[in-house]
Amino acid sequence: MKKYTFTEKKDTRSGFGDGLLEAGKRNPEVVALCADLIGSLKMNDFIKAFPERFFQIGIAEANMIGIAAGLSISGKIPFTGTFANFSTGRVYDQIRQSVAYSDKNVKICASHAGLTLGEDGATHQILEDIGLMKMLPGMTVINTCDYNQTKAATIAIAEHHGPVYLRFGRPVVPIFTDADQKFEIGKAWMVNEGADVSIFATGHLVWEAILAGEKLADEGIDAEIINIHTIKPLDAEAVLKSVAKTGCVVTAEEHNRLGGLGDSIAQLLATNTPAPQEYVAVNDSFGESGTPAQLMTKYGLDAEHIIAAVKKVISRKKQNG
Amino acid sequence: MKQDIAQLEQTASQVRRDIVRMVHACQSGHPGGSLGCADFLVALYFNAMNHNPAFSMEGKGEDLFFLSNGHISPVFYSVLAHAGYFDKAELATFRKLNSRLQGHPTTHEHLPGVRIASGSLGQGLSVAIGTALAKKLDGDPSIVYTLHGDGELQEGQIWEAAMFAPHNKVDNLIATIDYNGQQIDGPTSLVLSLGDLKAKFEAFGWDVLDEPKGNDMASVVAVLEKAKSHTGKGKPVAILLHTGMGYGVDYMMGTHKWHGTAPNDEQLTLALAQLEETLGDY
Repeated sequence: MKKYTFTEKKDTRSGFGDGLLEAGKRNPEVVALCADLIGSLKMNDFIKAFPERFFQIGIAEANMIGIAAGLSISGKIPFTGTFANFSTGRVYDQIRQSVAYSDKNVKICASHAGLTLGEDGATHQILEDIGLMKMLPGMTVINTCDYNQTKAATIAIAEHHGPVYLRFGRPVVPIFTDADQKFEIGKAWMVNEGADVSIFATGHLVWEAILAGEKLADEGIDAEIINIHTIKPLDAEAVLKSVAKTGCVVTAEEHNRLGGLGDSIAQLLATNTPAPQEYVAVNDSFGESGTPAQLMTKYGLDAEHIIAAVKKVISRKKQNG
Repeated sequence: MKQDIAQLEQTASQVRRDIVRMVHACQSGHPGGSLGCADFLVALYFNAMNHNPAFSMEGKGEDLFFLSNGHISPVFYSVLAHAGYFDKAELATFRKLNSRLQGHPTTHEHLPGVRIASGSLGQGLSVAIGTALAKKLDGDPSIVYTLHGDGELQEGQIWEAAMFAPHNKVDNLIATIDYNGQQIDGPTSLVLSLGDLKAKFEAFGWDVLDEPKGNDMASVVAVLEKAKSHTGKGKPVAILLHTGMGYGVDYMMGTHKWHGTAPNDEQLTLALAQLEETLGDY
């Protein structure tokens, strides 16, 4: 097992804020919009640097999406910022018609995704957003795993033409990816090569997968860990190549098991080379109030649950002979 | 070249012929609102707006128009074709398979003149505001126009946008309301009352012009000129354009029944007899 260490923890949303500032420096067409959550989205540095390129929309997310679409018509590259729930479910039809169907170069950037939003509870803990966004034709869907990756992804999507949904979160988490990485949209990242099982993880579950991989190695299980930061377009080549080698799969995501990364992998495998698969995901339920750590344990989204899923899927593979 | 009132009236007559023929040919679509807005759209594209039919999506240096009530696509398509955005022969493909003239306007098929999809109501004002903001950022003094159905104002997003534009002094924007008092299920007064629209927009901070004669070409041209003279003064401008749904075809006028119904062969003949062919049918 390749060794991953960290010296610092930071929230992924700060990676977005710093990436947005950098994207704004690199391209004068980059503009930003926010629906009354500047502090939560870490947009202050961008606003300070480029006050005329920032638009405070107020608590009116539908209007924000429409204004972003309009800005893009004139060649601007708008980044919208609010919580994941208000970035997707609340404005689905606006995104569908004014952004996706109209092929507008809008970057929908969503913080506080999933259970790790914590104490605010289920009204704010969307677990369906990846599914909603990946069903829209032409939409790119990205879920980043740490500060550095989020910053790199934010810079990368400014250089990519087309609608993007970028999903990140609230809690501080280990920084374990390279500070100077080049983020390639649609290209899976090989975290650890292994032979016994393929663990495909996204977002906050990537670090949990690394922790699981270390414990599994101690027990003699050689896990391949791949970070799928881009859920759409899915890196089919990387997934199929890995599963051809390992023969079984665990997917891990901070999302409902319906419609997320796991389903994207399952569909790819079912139509190519079917393999036993276990999901580490929320089992079709809403969340609740609690600390992020408590919630991730209660809803089965941690290293222990990944380890259990790995053992189960390996035994299924052996039964299949 | 700006058309004068007589030329505009001739163009509007041809546009109305196109509308009923397009809707008849595919036996679907929305003739009522299209006929009612023919004078407005003709005045806009052949007199009021500075625009370039050699279409570019960004439209820098041009006035831009967004049709928010996308269901009146027949009038939009006919006006775009006569303005030179595409060959008017293409009007025959309206709502048919593999056409660029979709039931509701889209950018997906790359039809020149369309910059955003519309159909799901209430979204066009926000889009227009975004483009108006971009024009300000770019130092482009052009004006952004929109058209909305009055029933469309029942959508909440309209009022999010209506609140945003005055706060941010989006004064390069002219939003016109097709104030015909009708929607699919009946008169707006019965379905969901709009109340005092002028007072509502003014309370939100808009400069509101009320035009009672929305199917009189000279009046439409005059109110658009007046609206233009009101831009650049710190407020967005709204025009309450009183029109008649189905205007120009006697049996379609003043009722919601022709909101989304196509005429049969006999009704088509009756309608065309009332609309002079001025520029040649497609």
